[in-house]
Amino acid sequence: MSLDSPKEHAIELVGIDKKFGTVHANKNINLTVAKGSIHGIIGENGAGKSTLMSILYGFYQADHGEIRISGKPVTIRDSQAAIAAGIGMVHQHFMLVENFTVLENVMLGAEGGQLLAKGVASARKELKRLEDDYGLEVDPDAVIEELPVGSQQRVEILKALYRGADILILDEPTGVLTPPEADHLFKVLRVLRDQGKTIILITHKLREIMAITDTVSVMRRGEMVATRKTAETTVEELAELMVGRRVLLRVEKGAANPGGVLMSVRNLTVKDSRGVTMVDDVSFDVRAGEIVGIAGVAGNGQSELLEAIAGIRKPSSGEIFIDGKPVAGVDPAGLRDLGLAHIPEDRHHMGLVLKFEEYENSILGYHRDPRYGRGPLLDLEAMRKDAEEKIGKYDIRPPNPRLRTANFSGGNQQKIVVAREIERDPKMLIIGQPTRGVDIGAIEFIHKRIIEMRDASKAVLLVSVELDEIRSLSDRILVMFAGKIVGEKSGEAGEQTLGLMMAGIAA
Amino acid sequence: MDYFDIFISILGSAVRLSIPLLFTALAGLFSERAGIFDIGLEGKMLASAFAAACVAYWTGNAWFGLLGGISVSIVFSFVHGFASITNRGNQIVSGVALNFVAAGLTIVLGQAWFRQGGRTGQVPPEGRFSSIVLPGADMMRDVPIIGPLYANVISGNNVLTYIAFLMVPISWWVLYRTRFGLRLRAVGENPGAVDTAGISVAWMRYRSLIVAGFLCGFAGTYLSIAQSAAFINNMSAGKGYIALAALIFAKWKPVPVMLACLLFGFLDAFANFMQGKSLPLIGEVPVQIFQALPYILTCVLLAGFIGTARPPKAGGVPYTKER
Repeated sequence: MSLDSPKEHAIELVGIDKKFGTVHANKNINLTVAKGSIHGIIGENGAGKSTLMSILYGFYQADHGEIRISGKPVTIRDSQAAIAAGIGMVHQHFMLVENFTVLENVMLGAEGGQLLAKGVASARKELKRLEDDYGLEVDPDAVIEELPVGSQQRVEILKALYRGADILILDEPTGVLTPPEADHLFKVLRVLRDQGKTIILITHKLREIMAITDTVSVMRRGEMVATRKTAETTVEELAELMVGRRVLLRVEKGAANPGGVLMSVRNLTVKDSRGVTMVDDVSFDVRAGEIVGIAGVAGNGQSELLEAIAGIRKPSSGEIFIDGKPVAGVDPAGLRDLGLAHIPEDRHHMGLVLKFEEYENSILGYHRDPRYGRGPLLDLEAMRKDAEEKIGKYDIRPPNPRLRTANFSGGNQQKIVVAREIERDPKMLIIGQPTRGVDIGAIEFIHKRIIEMRDASKAVLLVSVELDEIRSLSDRILVMFAGKIVGEKSGEAGEQTLGLMMAGIAA
Repeated sequence: MDYFDIFISILGSAVRLSIPLLFTALAGLFSERAGIFDIGLEGKMLASAFAAACVAYWTGNAWFGLLGGISVSIVFSFVHGFASITNRGNQIVSGVALNFVAAGLTIVLGQAWFRQGGRTGQVPPEGRFSSIVLPGADMMRDVPIIGPLYANVISGNNVLTYIAFLMVPISWWVLYRTRFGLRLRAVGENPGAVDTAGISVAWMRYRSLIVAGFLCGFAGTYLSIAQSAAFINNMSAGKGYIALAALIFAKWKPVPVMLACLLFGFLDAFANFMQGKSLPLIGEVPVQIFQALPYILTCVLLAGFIGTARPPKAGGVPYTKER
């Protein structure tokens, strides 16, 4: 296979340029993807990966530049045109109709006529063929919302193949998968490649790039900064290319020096609004000077557990103790007074009011503190001074307390929340997804702060769906599956062991 | 009159009263399953009642009247679509605005054209939909039970009534057996899935609103030139809202929609019947209590006594392409 003959190029992007207002999302991007290969595109949030792929899939039009498919220039005005050009996309948030069956979802947009009856039989047959060819087994009559996430993703892939896609774009495909599910996905992708399909994998996980891709391109701030053969590069080189400077991938921390128990949870059961038991009879302790990590695939009760401890969700039974005092039923303000700080999982919905200015968010929840005003009035001057101090200490950019919070990047928004909670010097810190949607540079910073909290003899409870994060920060790891804690491991536990526990296979 | 005769007469009146609800609820079914809340059904019904009465009065032809009613209702649908689909406005606000426009405009135009305090002129008999006697109705009348039911409930209605009931299986078939229906249901649940499949979300939603306008036009026409012989101020009198309640009660499904509308129609007929009658032991009950029954029932039902009603997931949310 010669890389130089244009016929062997599944995709060529030449000089793609895209601006959104003042944001230059893609700067003169050139990219060549060889037919029958798995090509990774890696970069931080906001590096322009998604924009580039959206242009390829017809969601946006490039301002300049040319797209060539198999050497031929094409114009992709909408998704219909992309599908016609043989491009299929598996979105990060699945584009599935949840109360439809697998078959209905696959047929949507390719029904084969005005009446459904005719198309159903042939779609069923075609699905069976795809299943046999690529090992993508799914029951065509199953309703999507009843399928596990891994199967839903297979439906997305089937949708693309059903429409005759030769080029498959996967956007952050493993974010919602358990490690075994991710392995299964990779197996499917290899089969697809070996049958001649071209695959573009967008991710921010370096490990995945190394595990599955043939070539990898790195994007940074809207530019394509490098393309490497995966076999000829290293994780360290890629990380440096992504960030533009050397980064520490693994947090350095000394041994933990745990003291007395600060927080204990006993037989806690929490139900969600539909009455489904999300946390099922959970008990554990967190001691001063240790980080306890809760690992698990999203949706196994970690969020509800965190909310119950933070006083946002009322547990249906069980007890939570802080310093030996029962606190179930105490509201979040009361818990804060007891020395509990909470960095919520979702900064947009819980941690921040995006329309507020930065300094307003930096005291949110602590507005009754006499430092920030007396009686019903706020002391804006004191608030701004306080915000400026935090901005300096946490290197929040741009350093402007009067800027609307929505205008900060994800990493800087997260730093605003982290600064607000940690600078109160709490005794206990509970954190959900500390680095979701945060760039590598800020991840390093936030991780360091968390370790510092531990070293200052605070009790830290960490919930994250990023197994790497749990493993590099935690002194003890609890694994949650289907609402229960299925086991406890030390911070050194292997990824394989934890992965199996997260999938509910081993304890 | 024995109890059976009374029952038959209430039943006949229940069917007649449920027809505008049925057309309107089916209209709502199409727009809401596509993800567009349509609180403006009330206004559409009122405007089309007015248009039907005017056209029927001028032309003396009921079918032209129907055409007028449908056209105006579809125009209202387009306004709603332009505000809430093209410009991504709030669907409730747009719908409420249309209700106000309809309530005001019908009075102003009616007064300007007919000078009868907002009424239109009396529509001549050939401009109305009159009752059709089905074959054998007279012969059947004396057969016990089935006879009166056939003669007084099933027979003797106008053509719009039969069309209304015909619309139920047709709606079901369109929603569940055609490509249009599949895409319509999908766009109300996850417009992103429809968009990425290369189908225009906006055009799908516009088409659902056109269907809704079409059906709602029948409802208005029925009010002014089938049930009555002229347009009267505010003659829809909240029926559009009751139809929405029936739609929720029926969990957005065609056959249950029909049953819910018949139930509300029956309550309405029962209230009319109880006017001035006294109940044993209690004595005469104010008629307002019976008139309030459908509304009270609606409140009770909507307060969650029908189990979880799961509305279309994307309902009320304007679609924005976001990546």
